[in-house]
Amino acid sequence: MGADGKTRCFTLPSQIADVPGTEGWESMYPYYTRFQPEDDQRFWFYNAMHFPEPMPAFDALTAEVPYEGLGAFTTRVFAFPTTMGIEHRIVNGRIYITANPVTDPAEIQRRLAIFQERAGYYYENWDRLFREWKVRLENLIHELEAIKVPKLPEFDEAEVVTQAKGLGQNHYVRESFHRVIELFSKMWHHHFEMLMLGYGAYMVFFDFCKKAFPETADQTVARMVAGIEVLMFRPDDELKRLARLAIDYGVDDLFASDCDLKKLLDDLRGRGEPGKRWLAELDKSREPWFNMSTGDGFYHHHLSWNDDLSVPFAALPRYVEQLRRGESLERPTERLKEERGRIIAEYRGLLRSEDERQAFDQMLGLSHLVFPFVENHKFYCEHWFTSLFFKKVREFGALLVAYGVLADAEDVFQLQYVEIESALADVSLAWAGGGKPLGAAHWRPIVQERKRILEKFREWNPPPALGPIPSQINDPALQMLWGITSETLESWSRTVEAGHEKEIVGFAASPGVVEGIARVLRNVNDIGQIREGEILVCPVTAPSWGPVFGKIRAAVSDIGGTMSHAAIVAREYGLPAVVGTGQATQRIKTGQRLRVDGNRGIVSILD
Amino acid sequence: MTNPKLVSRFNEVGINDWLRVGGKGASLGELAGAGIRVPQGCVVTTAAFEQFLAAIDPRGSIRREIEKVAADDLVACTRVGAEVRARLEGLTLPEDLQKQIATHYDELHSRVGGAGNAEPVAIRSSATSEDSAYASFAGLQDTYLWVRGVDSVIEHVRKCWASLYAVESIMYRRRLNLPEQGLAMGVVIQRMIDSRCSGVMFSRSPNTGDCSVVVVEASWGLGSAIVSGEVTPDRYVVEKITREIVSRTVSTKMRMHRPNRVGVGVIDEEVPVDQQNTACLGDDELLELADIGKRVERHYGCPQDIEWAIARDLPAIENTFLLQSRPETVWAAKDATPVAAPKSKPFDHVFSLLSGGAGKK
Repeated sequence: MGADGKTRCFTLPSQIADVPGTEGWESMYPYYTRFQPEDDQRFWFYNAMHFPEPMPAFDALTAEVPYEGLGAFTTRVFAFPTTMGIEHRIVNGRIYITANPVTDPAEIQRRLAIFQERAGYYYENWDRLFREWKVRLENLIHELEAIKVPKLPEFDEAEVVTQAKGLGQNHYVRESFHRVIELFSKMWHHHFEMLMLGYGAYMVFFDFCKKAFPETADQTVARMVAGIEVLMFRPDDELKRLARLAIDYGVDDLFASDCDLKKLLDDLRGRGEPGKRWLAELDKSREPWFNMSTGDGFYHHHLSWNDDLSVPFAALPRYVEQLRRGESLERPTERLKEERGRIIAEYRGLLRSEDERQAFDQMLGLSHLVFPFVENHKFYCEHWFTSLFFKKVREFGALLVAYGVLADAEDVFQLQYVEIESALADVSLAWAGGGKPLGAAHWRPIVQERKRILEKFREWNPPPALGPIPSQINDPALQMLWGITSETLESWSRTVEAGHEKEIVGFAASPGVVEGIARVLRNVNDIGQIREGEILVCPVTAPSWGPVFGKIRAAVSDIGGTMSHAAIVAREYGLPAVVGTGQATQRIKTGQRLRVDGNRGIVSILD
Repeated sequence: MTNPKLVSRFNEVGINDWLRVGGKGASLGELAGAGIRVPQGCVVTTAAFEQFLAAIDPRGSIRREIEKVAADDLVACTRVGAEVRARLEGLTLPEDLQKQIATHYDELHSRVGGAGNAEPVAIRSSATSEDSAYASFAGLQDTYLWVRGVDSVIEHVRKCWASLYAVESIMYRRRLNLPEQGLAMGVVIQRMIDSRCSGVMFSRSPNTGDCSVVVVEASWGLGSAIVSGEVTPDRYVVEKITREIVSRTVSTKMRMHRPNRVGVGVIDEEVPVDQQNTACLGDDELLELADIGKRVERHYGCPQDIEWAIARDLPAIENTFLLQSRPETVWAAKDATPVAAPKSKPFDHVFSLLSGGAGKK
C-alpha cells in the first residue's frame, strides 16, 4: 500500500499488448513460460540483469535450466527457510521473474531444521567440496568436448561391424544432442549447488556492515571480501603475457592498432621460429582461458574469444604499446592485498565492543571461505562450459545445414531445443530411409519469421516490473542475485509515478560524477569504435572489455551488480560506473551527452 | 604574585587552558599546536575579563543577583542584563590591556605582511562554559566578522563581553542552573579569512551516527550563512578509511555572506545565478577536508564537529583553515546497542539471517 492507502501497481501482465507485427510470437517459447490470468495478482520484475535482450527461441533454455537448478537447491535440496525458487514468464521476448517466499512461521521452522543440517554440512566442508566441485566441472567440460556430432556419411564406419557396435550413426544424432542438453542441465545444477550458500554467507557480512556503518558504500564492503587473484582476471592476464612475449620474441612490430586479424596471423606464420613460438604460446593461452564469453553466457551470439579471436586481439596492440612505453601491466596484487588488509583492520577498529569485533571476524572469515567459489564459478560455468555448449549446438546446426533443413548453422538458435530434436529426427529418418528431410519447407519460414519478430521485440521498452507492488520484499534469493530490496521497489514506483524519462537508474558501482558523450556498444567486437574520453554504454562487460577502460571516462551497463566485472574494473581505473540499469543501451543513443553519477547510480541524458 | 596574562597567542594555549581563555580560544590553540591550519590569532584571557568586571562590580553582587533570578522570569532577566551591559559598555578598557591588544593586533598582519593597520579580523567570544561536550550554547555568544582597525577591535572585545549578559544567554544559564561564579569570557581575535566557500564537517555522521564517514556541508562565502540557516548547503559524504566519496548532494544555494572588502562587516547577497547549483567543493578540496577531519578526531580521540573555510586567494591546501572544533555530543550520548554478537559457529549467522530472525539465539 502506498502512503495514500492505494495499492501502487505497475502494468498488469494481462495489459501488455503484443508489439505490432509480432503476432503469434508465443510459439517461440514453451507453453509454461506464458503469463496466466492469475499472474496479474503477483509481482514480477524484468530480469534485465541476465537477459537484457529479447530471447531467441533456443536461448530461452538459458532461463529454464538455471531456474530448474536454482529452485532445486533452494526449495528441495537445502530447504532455504524463507524462500523457494524462481518462476519465470516470457512476454514480448523478455524474461520476467517472481520469487516464492515462505512466510508461515511454522513452515519456516520446519524448513530451518533441515536447512541447518544440510547447509551446515556444506559450510563445514566448504574447501574440500569446492576442490571436488572444480574436478567435477572440469570433467563435465571434457565430457561435453568429447561429444561427437555425427557426420552421417553415405556408408557407416566399418567399426560398427568389426566391433559389433550394433548402432547406426543416426542413433548418435539423437543421443549426442540429448547428452549436450543433459550436460548443460548438470552444469547449472552444480552452479547453484554452492552459489546460494556462498551468497548467503556474504549477505550476512554485508548486512552486518550496513548496520554498523550505514553510510559506507556497498563497494567498500565488497572490497573487504573480494579476492585479489580471481580467475576472471586470468584471460586478460594471458593477453598481457602474450603482449610481453611479442616483445621478447621481437614480433611486436606486427601488432599495429588497426591490423587485420587474418593478416596478422599470416604475418606471424611468416616470421619463422619467433612467430611460430608466439603462436604456440597463443595456443597455450587459448585453452582454457579464451573460453571467455563476450557476454555473460546467456545468449548464443555472445561469442567467446576462441570463437572470435579478433576480440582478444583487439586488446593486444594497446598492451604492446604500453609495455614499449615502459608501463607495467601487472596488477599490483601485493599492494592490493595490503590495502585490503588495512581497510579490514581499520573498519574492525571502529567497532565499539569486543563482541562486535568477534562477530565481524566470524562473518568476514566465512565470506573469505566462500568467496573463491562465488568469484570463480563464473569462469567454469558461464564462460568455459557455456561457450563450448553453444559451439556444440552450432555443430548440430551445421548438420541441419548439410541436410538442407536450415540455411545457416546459426539459424539453429531460432528453434526451441525440442524443435531441434524434431528437426534432427527428420534428418535421421531421411538418412536412414534414403529419402530427403522435409524440414526445409517447414523450418526455414519459421526461422525467418522469428528473426523478424526478434527485431520487432527490440522496439519494445520493457517495464522494469509488472503487477501490484508489494509493501515490502524480503526474499534472500532476490536480494542475493538481483539486489532487489524494499528500497528498489520504492525507487521503481517513484519512477513509475514521476515518469523520469531522462534518468536511468542502476547500481552505483564506482564513485564519481562525470559528463561526456555516449558511445553505445552492443558488442565487444565494436570496441574499436570508442574514442578517448567517451562514456561507454554497453549491455554487459567481461574481461574482454578490459582494454577499453584505459580510454573511457565512465562506464554504464545494462547488466551487473556492484561485484560485476564492470564495477571492479571501473574502481581499479577510478572511473565512475553505473551498472545493472537494465535499459541503458536501449534508451541512450551514441552521441548523446550524459551525466554519470557513480555515487547514486543515476545516468542522466542531458540532451 | 605575578600578574596574570591578559592576552595569549594561539601557540601559547592548549585545550587544558579553557578556564583561562574560554573554550573556543583553547580549542583553536590546541588545533594550532597539533599542526592544523587555523587563521592566526590570539585570545584576550578570562583574567582580563575578570579584571574588567571587578572594576564595575568589586564585590561580585552582579553575579549573585543573576543567580537569584528565576529561569522563566523574562522581566527580571531583561532588567538585570540591561543593567550589567550598560555598566560594561560605559567603562573604557584598562590602558595596559588596550596596549596589549594593539600589539597583538599589529603582530597579526606584520607576520603575514599585511598592508597598513586595517587588517580585517574576526572577534569571537570564547566563554568558559561554551563548546563543552555537555552544553552547546549554540549561537548564543557573539561573533563579529571583518572588524578593522585597533579601536574597532577593542570596541568589539567589549561587545563580546557584554553579550555574556544578553537576555537569551542569561536565561539559558538559568535554565541549566549554571553557576555565574567563575563564568567568564575570553575573546578570540583572529585573522579573518575571506572565504570562497565554507561550512561545517562532522567526523561522525549526524544522520546515522556512522563513525566510518566524514560528512561535509559547504556553501559559498562565509560560514555565517550556513550557521544562521539561511542556505541549504551542499552535502558530501566521504569514507574515512578508503577516502571514497560516497555521495555528493549539490543544493541550490541562494544566499551568501561575504565581507565588505572596502569597509567593515558582512554583506548578505544573492549567489550569482551560475553558481547557485554548482558544487562548492572539488574532489581534492573535499578529500583534504576529510583528511583534516580525521586528524582532528584522532588528535582528540573522539568524533568532532568542525567549522572550516577555504580562502579565496591562496593556493590549494594552504587555503584550507579550521575555525573551530568541538566534540560531537548527540550520538556520544546515545547508548549503542551492539550490531551482533559472536555465535558458536560462524555459519550460525547465516541461519539467523536466512530464517528471517527465527534462528536468532
